[in-house]
Amino acid sequence: MTLEVRHVGASTLVQDRGRPGWAHLGVPRSGALDAPAAALANRLVGNDPDDACLEVVLGGLVLASDHARWVAVTGAPCPVDVDGRAADFGAAIRLAAGGVLRLGRPEAGLRTYVAVSGGVVVEAVLGSRSSDTLGGVGPPPVNVGDRLPVGRSSGAPRPIDTPRPPVPGPLRVGPGPRADRVPGDVLDLLSRTTYVVSPDSDRIGLRLLGDPLPLARTDELPSEGMVLGAVQVPPDGRPVVFLADHPTTGGYPVVAVVEPADLWQCAQLRPGERVRFRRAARR
Amino acid sequence: MGDAWIMNPVHLLPVGRDAVLVEVASPQEAVSLATWARGRALAADVVPGAESVLLDGVTDRDRLASVLDSWRPTTDQPGPRVELAVTYDGPDLEDVAEYWGCAVEQVAARHQAVELVSAFCGFAPGFAYLSGLEGEVPRLATPRARVPAGSVALAGPWCGVYPTASPGGWRIIGRTDAVLWDQARPRPALLAPGTRVRFRAAP
Repeated sequence: MTLEVRHVGASTLVQDRGRPGWAHLGVPRSGALDAPAAALANRLVGNDPDDACLEVVLGGLVLASDHARWVAVTGAPCPVDVDGRAADFGAAIRLAAGGVLRLGRPEAGLRTYVAVSGGVVVEAVLGSRSSDTLGGVGPPPVNVGDRLPVGRSSGAPRPIDTPRPPVPGPLRVGPGPRADRVPGDVLDLLSRTTYVVSPDSDRIGLRLLGDPLPLARTDELPSEGMVLGAVQVPPDGRPVVFLADHPTTGGYPVVAVVEPADLWQCAQLRPGERVRFRRAARR
Repeated sequence: MGDAWIMNPVHLLPVGRDAVLVEVASPQEAVSLATWARGRALAADVVPGAESVLLDGVTDRDRLASVLDSWRPTTDQPGPRVELAVTYDGPDLEDVAEYWGCAVEQVAARHQAVELVSAFCGFAPGFAYLSGLEGEVPRLATPRARVPAGSVALAGPWCGVYPTASPGGWRIIGRTDAVLWDQARPRPALLAPGTRVRFRAAP
């Protein structure tokens, strides 16, 4: 059982929930950047939360299935077409044997997720099928002509019993280990500054343009472990929010950390869009 | 040691909601603490750095400080031993000799004289920062666009071996045929943190 890739857009990657637990060997965790969207797609087609789906940047993907399958398209909303007819976004849709699924370009957001019942079962590496774009662990990017293996369908589609997608808002930030590198209250300063997404943002980090953060010192720290959501400040003072493929260690100071629940928004921000931060409530 | 054992040698820094950075005094202490913390499953990811250990996905944050109180650094390194055969023909041998203040012919001997320890990984899967060399070697002002896999190189106080071909700014003294990273192996990184490394001249 396979999905034949007839066309790809800017980028299509296989992603699941990633491979935490290997950071000490220099392996990024990877995994779907918009985790709630990937989870919703899996749930809609009756998959396990750990099944792998496709992460599609700006649409353009065309797939043909050799077997009848349920599929679901979530994340950045885009036109969905099955065999030339418009189909639902964010719902389980039936792809007949030989059926062709086409994704148009999303009107907003960046990353669309496609789940297929049974999941994409490319070979797992270190417990995950995710492509890591920093270190090259896991499968290569999806390309035209690929035949992606699909697993045995495990459950029935769940069209109704699905969580509501999260609501966008400012990125909530808590203190980072090197908050004292910025004079004053860095969370307050971040909250008062409007940033714009830089075009060189990727799965490694959301790079932000705006007034540079003042740094008390610009010397590098001894390399230390980095977390998902770390707000790292290089010597130019322009913060980078570390996303799933971030390096596991680094020497630039981490002054704040984005709440895990808000990281999905970083997957969907386009270059030029505005970003606001807000101090997270203390636990 | 004197009375130093009475003091808890660690310093805890918050890293958002789920993680804590534990600062220690040296790479040796970082390896020691990381090994200890991994054995106790204190976090989903235990990531040693040069002078710290990141505990990411802490299982019991309320009890963490008191658990860490019972840790004492150990000087013995229980990690596995690895020997790497090196052909010392790197393009930066002369630079390194100058920084080390020795003859080019003596670089290999100095490199082989001590047992190094993998302190932490980073930069690329399986790229280990090996500590134990004396003296510092500055990075290249302009990194090379491509450093071949197996290149044995120095930067700052560290020695490293490039697991795969990549850009790199470390000064290359030689090369090894050893496979540093193989994701099909049960232990994919040859030089996981704590591993003791001896270099010798390739025949």
